[in-house]
Amino acid sequence: MTVTPSKAGSNAPAPQDLVTLTIDGIETSVPKGTLVIRAAEQIGVQIPRFCDHPLLAPVGACRQCLVEVAMPGPDGELRTMMGPPGRVKPQASCTLPVAEGMQVKTQLTSPIADKAQQGVMEQLLINHPLDCPVCDKGGECPLQNQAMTNGRGESRFQEVKRTFPKPINISAQVLLDRERCVLCARCTRFSEQVAGDPFIALVERGALQQVGIYEKEPYRSNFSGNVIQICPVGALTSADYRFRARPFDLVSTPSVAEHDSGGAAIRVDHRRGKVVRRLAWNDPEVNEEWITDKDRFAFHYANRPDRLTHPQVRDGETGELRPASWPEAFAVAARGLRAAGRVGVLTGGRLTREDAYGYAKFARVALGTNDIDFRSRPASAEEEQFLASRVAGRGLGVTYTDLERANAVVLLGLEPEEEAGTLFLRLRKAYRAGGTRIFAVAPFTSNGLRKLGATVVKAAPGEEVPAIEQLAHDGELALDGGGVILVGERLATVPGALSAVAVLASQTGARLAWVPRRAGDRGALDAGCLGSVLPGGRPLADAGARVDVGAVWGSTVPTVPGRDTDGILAAAAAGELGGLVVAGVDLDDLADPTAARAAVASAGFVVSLELRASAVTEHADVVFPVAPVAEKPGSFVSWEGRVRPFEKVLEGSNAVPDVRVLAGIADELGTPLGFQTIEAAAAELDEFASWDGERAADPTVAASPAAPAPAGSHRLATWKTMIGDGPMQDGDPAYHASGPTPTVLVSAATLESLGAAVGDQVELSTDTGTAVLAVGVADLADDVVWAPTSSGGVNLGRDLGAGAGSAVRLSLVPAAAPAVQEAM
Amino acid sequence: MTNVLTPVLSDNWDADRPWTRESYERSGGYQALDTALRMQPDEIVALVKESGLRGRGGAGFATGMKWGFIPKDNPNPKYLVVNADESEPGTCKDIPLMMASPHTLVEGVVISSYAIGAHTAFIYVRGEVLHVIRRLRAAVQEAYAAGHLGKNIHGTGYDLDVIVHAGAGAYICGEETALLDSLEGRRGQPRLRPPFPAVAGLYASPTVINNVESIATVPSIVRNGAEWFGSMGTEKSKGMTLYSLSGHVTRPGQYEAPLGITLRELLDLAGGVRNGHKLKFWTPGGSSTPLLTDEHLDVPLDYEGVGAAGSMLGTKALQIFDETTCVVRAVLRWTEFYKHESCGKCTPCREGTWWLVQVLARLEKGQGSEEDLDQLLDQCDNILGRSFCALADGAVSPIDSSLKFFRDEYVEHLRQGGCPFDPMASTLFSPVGATA
Repeated sequence: MTVTPSKAGSNAPAPQDLVTLTIDGIETSVPKGTLVIRAAEQIGVQIPRFCDHPLLAPVGACRQCLVEVAMPGPDGELRTMMGPPGRVKPQASCTLPVAEGMQVKTQLTSPIADKAQQGVMEQLLINHPLDCPVCDKGGECPLQNQAMTNGRGESRFQEVKRTFPKPINISAQVLLDRERCVLCARCTRFSEQVAGDPFIALVERGALQQVGIYEKEPYRSNFSGNVIQICPVGALTSADYRFRARPFDLVSTPSVAEHDSGGAAIRVDHRRGKVVRRLAWNDPEVNEEWITDKDRFAFHYANRPDRLTHPQVRDGETGELRPASWPEAFAVAARGLRAAGRVGVLTGGRLTREDAYGYAKFARVALGTNDIDFRSRPASAEEEQFLASRVAGRGLGVTYTDLERANAVVLLGLEPEEEAGTLFLRLRKAYRAGGTRIFAVAPFTSNGLRKLGATVVKAAPGEEVPAIEQLAHDGELALDGGGVILVGERLATVPGALSAVAVLASQTGARLAWVPRRAGDRGALDAGCLGSVLPGGRPLADAGARVDVGAVWGSTVPTVPGRDTDGILAAAAAGELGGLVVAGVDLDDLADPTAARAAVASAGFVVSLELRASAVTEHADVVFPVAPVAEKPGSFVSWEGRVRPFEKVLEGSNAVPDVRVLAGIADELGTPLGFQTIEAAAAELDEFASWDGERAADPTVAASPAAPAPAGSHRLATWKTMIGDGPMQDGDPAYHASGPTPTVLVSAATLESLGAAVGDQVELSTDTGTAVLAVGVADLADDVVWAPTSSGGVNLGRDLGAGAGSAVRLSLVPAAAPAVQEAM
Repeated sequence: MTNVLTPVLSDNWDADRPWTRESYERSGGYQALDTALRMQPDEIVALVKESGLRGRGGAGFATGMKWGFIPKDNPNPKYLVVNADESEPGTCKDIPLMMASPHTLVEGVVISSYAIGAHTAFIYVRGEVLHVIRRLRAAVQEAYAAGHLGKNIHGTGYDLDVIVHAGAGAYICGEETALLDSLEGRRGQPRLRPPFPAVAGLYASPTVINNVESIATVPSIVRNGAEWFGSMGTEKSKGMTLYSLSGHVTRPGQYEAPLGITLRELLDLAGGVRNGHKLKFWTPGGSSTPLLTDEHLDVPLDYEGVGAAGSMLGTKALQIFDETTCVVRAVLRWTEFYKHESCGKCTPCREGTWWLVQVLARLEKGQGSEEDLDQLLDQCDNILGRSFCALADGAVSPIDSSLKFFRDEYVEHLRQGGCPFDPMASTLFSPVGATA
């Protein structure tokens, strides 16, 4: 029998690729190319280090990890590596790969290595301030810890320490205390190698060497917080956390980030019932040790003054919301929903998989409808069919690791650096390793695509379909079974695009993954928060699927296909639906925010489940406060289809999850959900075995040629920047200040015809409204402009009624006339 | 006494305007190039190997062997880089050579580039010596005009471009990989090895980096043969070289002599220590080489001889200090130099030199105790061989060696609570007969 090892199975090294060496007298075999410091870790020997980081290229700068090394000579005799005449030269174990027969003696067995390490430690400390009691890092500081384990107790240094004025801003969020810096270059190497963001570098020399920034360009990165976390001393701190807490007063809980579909592992540190900071947790399969700034800094939203703390019902006499008890609110909600007759359910991206399942079941069982849609953004029926056929309930598909193994990755309707930061970092790693080529259909070469070395197939908004169809025949790309297609949610708005993607995947054999922006979207899809999709990806149209679901639920499943988000709102406005249940939807995210507001305002009866006051709670008849992710357990499903469970962080919180509220209403309605807790909801959801029946067919929507922009207008390309507006990013001024200046990007020719220079203010307008933004240049087509969807207080949908493909006009805002001086 | 000088590199320095092409060619210049271009490149490498030429930049690595490391199958272009970043205190041979006879270097560059298959060569010159950079650039221009450089050199079809690059005045850029980073437009800091420059040097391509004097010696070997070269010098240190005498010596300057000559002989040639003073200590090859004393006057100045005496031949920069000099003061000045020139990349060098300066400054003022001397030695022990490159090794050499030979003088500072020397007496403008 011949066995062909699968690609995935070839990870374990063949025995001949193992190298055997001795460390502190212990023989060990490790894969060829392993660094001595890593090999030592594997046998439990910790060699002290500062500059070494397993995810950064070795640099050998701090010299803390010196060990004594002997190598077998040609005669097999061991020869200790020597330096200046007659002296053993200890080697930096962070830069030295293992070799067959090598003998390593660490500080544990070599007095020479031990003295060398103590010497380096003493040198590192001579210029390091003794301000540990006020330093953020004190208590969790590698320098402090290793000075205790591998240093001398008393300093012999009695001279003058180097000092710097303190601190300086590397960015609005990242602060640098230069005198604490040990110049390990972890931050600069992270920025160069991992994030790819320039303008943070080592400058000057000798003892005056320091981390510096470029005066004319800011250090701007979506990932800047990682440099704070990997700083082995307290040199880099965040404006947000600086002087806020002592590490030993914090309680740390592993969790999962709720800001995008990356499923990044995080660690949440809280004190006295409040989250004070979040850090990246190490998950080699998912985010490695990196997270985005949004995942790190955007957590204050849960503690805003407008946080809802108690149920409210609308007073019949005053017309105002008034506090209500939970039983009253449940009763009022149930009564109102019963009276409303037909009710639609709108859920947003913050929902966990379990809460989403609660809504999916609540809609069908308690409200008797399939009018439910998790897509709180521009969407289409084509997308619904695509999700039903290709994504829903498929389980773990393409993974992060697969991206590193792929020969090509195609990005469609997806700007990873802004919309899926964790994914961006892994793509960049794959690109830098050299084996993965990245292609993108996009309106211009964004910074993010440049950092991925992406080949950009230019397509104006609405014209993506021909570009996608062409990819199958692109000789350079040569997409095949070794390739991966990543589709962003934005492609939903281009008629025919997702149909073309399905064809492309089928034709080339490339694997396909859908990358939504929001953390809850994939879980909501799998849980059945979509009109035509039941839990586990079961198609509503399939009688067998309905029987399956009915069996678990003990009730029949309504058969009338559900409306989508826009349809539900239109039906509510038209009176076809008498009520709405809305959870976690920011109306400004929808295709037509103005119409959505009007629909919610005019809907007969509105129940809102929310964290904080919103445009929906404003018009709701009953408002239920629900728990943010830190105050409940649950899980998200990453874009890979990986379930990412997390525990409740703030044990003391009494906030209830959406599931509990839905159960309360359902009980009052006389149609119990059958569960009241997250755990019970999860258990029931897990009862659904994977669907092995027919799936919905791929969509086959024909492309409709995009209308050219009317004379004097431009077509709008747009997506959200990572750091932008949104209720879940509220509450950290430094975080917002560290984001990009909201900028309209135009072609060089357009800039010239406007008579504008980069950085000038321009007015972007439609018949609906205007917005003023800075202007910048990119390699866009002359009739296309790009602007962030929602940044700096400007929301294109709300303020201009514009989305991707809309026609917009541009004009230069004249510079303000200099103030006229009063006459003497 | 017999004149033991063997002027080869410096032979034409007393000619009329020796820096011009015309003058250089009149004394036989560029004839070796003709000879070389008729040879196969491998034959030149073999010739240089056979001659026993060792790198004159300090380490003394065999030049021909270095050239042999260039991989033949690497598809990238090959580069020759000449290290003319002469910056070490006391070292002053390459700059006079380039000033007096830049064409000697240019001819060497062409022959060496041809030998290793390079079509672009760089001369990285220390930025402060603008006059030398100008002269070198003028020479390169003349060489282009005369067909010694550029396309189809001497009608043989061999092409070579030479770029004279001005550094920015950092001592660390004399370290070959820091030099390459600087040449590529980055900050001059040493690179991690491997890969070695021969495999992935300038622009990640195979690169040979040689000292000015090494390259300038190549034409003479081509002209006169390996046997002629080997007839000078000692068994393992062959050929002639430039010895640079400076400091308290009557006639400072360049003395070109076979390797293995002694300081006693050189001092005789140079008129002895100034003003009848006595030799106190000296560096054999710049401030990075451990000090020697008058016990070592008869040490053969070749790689082996100086090594056996506990020091290094280095750049053969013989700095002579007479008995008016305070060794603590001299060592402090050198240490200040290393502190200033440390690139900052690694801890032992960056922090270690910062500390050493402060301790030495204290000791010079006579503050401290004998325990401080032991601590100073221990500080050096924690630096020597622990740093990323050799800069820090050089920084501790004067301290270690001065404590070895002159510990009493350090103790005397502590005993007196200050320096026992008159700093004026050691200056070169001090009146004749001044004493400490």
